[in-house]
Amino acid sequence: MSVLLEASELNMHFKGLKAVNNFNAQIEKGSICGLIGTNGAGKTTVINMLSGVLVPTSGKIIFDGKNITGVRPDKIAKMGITRTYQNLRLFKKMTVLENVIIGAQMHDKLDPLGIVGNTIPHKRREAELKDKSMEMLKVMGIEKYADHISGSLPYGSQRKLEIARVLAADPKLLLLDEPAAGMNPQESAELTEIIRGIRDRYGLTILLIEHDMKVVMGLCEYIYCMAFGEIISEGLPEAVRNDPKVIEAYLGRGAVHAEN
Amino acid sequence: MRTTTFKDCNILRLLVFVILPLCAIVYGASHPSGYYAGLINLAGIYIILVASLNLVNGFSGMFSMGHAAFMAIGAYISAFFTLTPAQKMASTPGLPEWLINANLPFVVALIIGGACAVVVALIIGYPVLRFKGHYLSIVTLGLIVIVRAVLDNEGEYTNGARGITGLPPKSNTVVIFIIMAIVLYFLFRLIRSQYGRGLIAMRDDDVAAQTLGINLASKKLSAFCISAFITGMAGGLFGHMQSVISGKFYYFDLSFRVVQTSIIGGMFSLSGAVPGGIIMAYLPEVLAPLETGVKLFGHQLPEMYGASNLIMAIILILIIIFRRQGLMGEHEFIVESMFSKDTYTSLFKKEEYLNIGRAFRDLFTGKWRKSKKALPEDIDNTPPVV
Repeated sequence: MSVLLEASELNMHFKGLKAVNNFNAQIEKGSICGLIGTNGAGKTTVINMLSGVLVPTSGKIIFDGKNITGVRPDKIAKMGITRTYQNLRLFKKMTVLENVIIGAQMHDKLDPLGIVGNTIPHKRREAELKDKSMEMLKVMGIEKYADHISGSLPYGSQRKLEIARVLAADPKLLLLDEPAAGMNPQESAELTEIIRGIRDRYGLTILLIEHDMKVVMGLCEYIYCMAFGEIISEGLPEAVRNDPKVIEAYLGRGAVHAEN
Repeated sequence: MRTTTFKDCNILRLLVFVILPLCAIVYGASHPSGYYAGLINLAGIYIILVASLNLVNGFSGMFSMGHAAFMAIGAYISAFFTLTPAQKMASTPGLPEWLINANLPFVVALIIGGACAVVVALIIGYPVLRFKGHYLSIVTLGLIVIVRAVLDNEGEYTNGARGITGLPPKSNTVVIFIIMAIVLYFLFRLIRSQYGRGLIAMRDDDVAAQTLGINLASKKLSAFCISAFITGMAGGLFGHMQSVISGKFYYFDLSFRVVQTSIIGGMFSLSGAVPGGIIMAYLPEVLAPLETGVKLFGHQLPEMYGASNLIMAIILILIIIFRRQGLMGEHEFIVESMFSKDTYTSLFKKEEYLNIGRAFRDLFTGKWRKSKKALPEDIDNTPPVV
């Protein structure tokens, strides 16, 4: 398998604070990788750097053979990296369907003549966008809300909507920032199935941050664990789970001894 | 079953939003020098202005307070192309010779005026719009002052503070309303297209919009320029309606009046421009007698200078407190019914006539039915108010 994304020696320093320090990762095409760690470990900062929202202090990000370090977020998105947000960034005044259409239209060129004249190709394209967006809503199982204002949706469905929105943009790499946060166990089990389903169906590569270990262990094929801005452990789920350093980061030094 | 409201009746929409305005326009066009024609024209210009301002302030989430500056540019530039060479020799002798001899059709002059406004918008927008926040508001406020200073001091080109008089009265009702219809149609198509969706997305959440492939800088700049172009044209129309242009007409007063109109009508809707523009054109006229003292119920009221401004201010405050989204909120049914095919074909459909009857019936029975039982499928199937 080939490597889709390679981050080497990424550093993100905010003045004296080293939010991310020497982050190295290789994500293989078609895999689901997990990024776990305690609060404030720098997981979201990593995603921010990969999606272009933050420009790393130093280091290099290679995506699909191209160097994307410091490239504008909208260009990175068009290259095929899309992301969701931990604190939900929906377009709250738009309907659910319109939210997804924003994602679906990402690769479209501006068509001034079509817009002003409402020409037949333009109408056809609008219909296509709508169909595609409805399909994505169906994949995420929230098609019944299509005409609702997105801000009025239940929290779990808003999370699903965010995934539907980025999915409609035909990404190659999907960065999911805590997709199961705020979901009950049944919902997150459902989400686990959906995420695996979309990976298989659309041939995606997924990097996800998650605190729900059931989701992480159920989904991920490779896990990076961060603490205080650095990767402290990486490997297969079983190995990371039993790594004393990981247990120490989560539960403290005593916990390692308690187990023995 | 859903209750039928008057909004569902396409025939009523046709009557209120197409035929009624057409009657007003025909009246204005046939009495070109009448008192009401002036008010109708003013309302038309306000509608153009507010619609273009809403594209910036409402749909793209920037806040410009300096659109009067673009109006001034549009008015002066278009005047340069419509005045006679003799007039230009007298008032603006500093202009180059080709410009003094230039004489173009009115609409072409308006378009050139708009284009010059775009150039200025590009110059101030390019450095400013790449930042977030309210920088644009401050800079546009500054722009008004700059434009005023230039107009007052470059006497060679602008005749200084005396202004230019004797502009040909070419903006009649027909021209204004044809331009208004084109502008509203253009903006309506714009906000209902991928471009407009991108704008609204940018307004609601710029970070998310950016990571969905929207180039914020170019989107903001293009919206600002489109708005400046339309405003420049409206400025030319305004100048040729008053037939006098001077820096003091295009100062804070006018700028804030347009912003106020946009807030009253509803910033987040193009349709808001229509009630907003009409109110702002007529209300000062209604209130004007107060200023000079009026007889009310047998009592002679004293002269109250500034009373109409005070009342307008109170209206603005009340709107902000009780209906922050403006009269139209985010509804688009005025502009929608102007440009929708259904509105015009409705006259020939029996169903539409029945709808009016239903709307009347539901007006009287709707409350009763709602309180009787709210059916679960009613709740599920009715999309929330958009």
